[in-house]
Amino acid sequence: MSNLSKKATISDRRRFISLMAQSIGLSALGGMIWTGYIQEAKSAPLILRPPGAKNELDFLRMCIKCGQCALACPYDTLNIAKPGDNMPVGTPYFIPREIPCYMCTDIPCVPVCPTGALDESSVSKVEDGRTVLEIKKAKMGLAVVDEESCIAFWGIQCDACYRACPLLDEAITLEYKRNTRTGKHAYLVPKVISDVCTGCGLCERACVTKKAAIFVLPREVSQGDLGDHYIKGWDKADEKRLKNVSTEVTTQTTRSEKTPQDYLNDDGGLFNNE
Amino acid sequence: MSNLWKNYRFLALRRFVQIGLLFLYFSANAYGFKILTGTLSSSNLFQAIPLSDPFALLQMFSAGAILSMDVLIGGFIILVFYMSIGGRAFCSWVCPINMVTDTANWLRRKLYLDKIEKKVWLSKNVRYWVFGLALVLSFLSGVAAFEMVSPIAMLHRGIVFGMGMGFAAVLCLFLFDLFAVKNGWCGHLCPLGAFYSLVSKQNVLVVKHNQPNCTLCMKCKDVCPEKQVLAIVGKRSGDVVFGECTKCGRCIEVCEDDALSFGVRDYINKNG
Ligand code: SF4
Ligand code: SF4
Ligand code: SF4
Ligand code: SF4
Repeated sequence: MSNLSKKATISDRRRFISLMAQSIGLSALGGMIWTGYIQEAKSAPLILRPPGAKNELDFLRMCIKCGQCALACPYDTLNIAKPGDNMPVGTPYFIPREIPCYMCTDIPCVPVCPTGALDESSVSKVEDGRTVLEIKKAKMGLAVVDEESCIAFWGIQCDACYRACPLLDEAITLEYKRNTRTGKHAYLVPKVISDVCTGCGLCERACVTKKAAIFVLPREVSQGDLGDHYIKGWDKADEKRLKNVSTEVTTQTTRSEKTPQDYLNDDGGLFNNE
Repeated sequence: MSNLWKNYRFLALRRFVQIGLLFLYFSANAYGFKILTGTLSSSNLFQAIPLSDPFALLQMFSAGAILSMDVLIGGFIILVFYMSIGGRAFCSWVCPINMVTDTANWLRRKLYLDKIEKKVWLSKNVRYWVFGLALVLSFLSGVAAFEMVSPIAMLHRGIVFGMGMGFAAVLCLFLFDLFAVKNGWCGHLCPLGAFYSLVSKQNVLVVKHNQPNCTLCMKCKDVCPEKQVLAIVGKRSGDVVFGECTKCGRCIEVCEDDALSFGVRDYINKNG
């Protein structure tokens, strides 16, 4: 080493290899930070998208972030996510308590989408042989009621959400129940019909409580999934689901390996009652 | 006065085009003028002609998106325009970040920061790695990777739809260019600039050098954001053929000896 000056001259070949190594190393470093950020941004789950939006993963793949949908909305419902909003930047979303979707019958926000991230066919129906837009088919989310904070469940008469719903008496119905506390009154409680609700959020905006007791959540968040095990035997339509079910399907979890009795009683060794 | 025009004519025109376009996009959202709607990622001209960013489409394609006809036509129009005519002109005539980095660069000269920078530690080729990386990461993550972080889109969308914390990103970029690396972002890192450089090897518009007029003052190289492209200056007449030239025209303006001009690429005699 002694014969090398402080700034050692290296061969072109050596320099090339070192440069390659540096470039690859830096790309890996940059790539990891970059990927980390993307995964973080992608995982924001509580975002309500415009009508006709594809499922979240496909939506993020397809939306080019042009903002045309937001420009087209006459109510300024749709916002474009800014850095700091904790959502994938540039994508459209709405906050029902601020401005809900008013369910325009001509759905101006959807046909302008150049990429198909908002899928016109998912909010269209065929009428007299022609395809027409049908906002009732939108599935932006699903309204859920928090019975603890909804005053109708206290016995106070409120049907603000029921009356605000554009699909009056279809997406929200009022259920009559006897109020056993007073013995002489009725409860009129809101019930969301999940097949019908579009997730527009007019109910959330109308709700009279400090923080809305009825609120819209993305469907992936607010809904469970039955799987194929349970079929309504009394329902002809539901029975049809049996047709395509493969008998091979079993749900395998560590708990389902045990007998049904153990499945319910096993505490997973959490409590050792020796 | 005429001297002022002569020395800044392209700069003035560029700012006019850049700000004009921003205004059209902005007014579509603010006042409902439907001349140019959308953002730089994808827009609509006169509500009839689609325009899309071909690099964004490339990323979406690697991410596994099915591209609609609308954006494919839009991307094709833009790509053909820059490939055949403008070259990398997007950078100095359209991109809003250009105004930020130009300001950093100008301040840099005023504060003599160029003189204290010891050596450039960032290679100008890093941008091509970033470009490749953007496509690989799009493939791996299933979203257009650069579009998730692009300061260009953040600034542009910010002007049209509201900035949010986007200010911080743009400020970081400004400080990086001012204090860390000369032309750090546009000249070393930006994958969109890299994309346009890659496709701009055969476009019509080029800077031409008339060597006999050159007095070797080297003002052009001082002002050029990509001075490696001016290698022929003072050596021989000919075209600046490199795709990295942003067609900003600053070199032409600062040359007091008429040794540089815009012209049509000489496709036959490549060496002028
Ligand atoms: S349906 Fe109407 S109100 Fe709802 S987001 Fe679209 S344009 Fe806005
Ligand atoms: S119009 Fe479509 S591509 Fe454009 S921002 Fe809206 S959803 Fe995304
Ligand atoms: S979100 Fe509320 S108002 Fe809208 S359809 Fe559903 S229940 Fe009705
Ligand atoms: S290099 Fe990138 S940021 Fe700079 S002007 Fe070009 S596109 Fe814009």
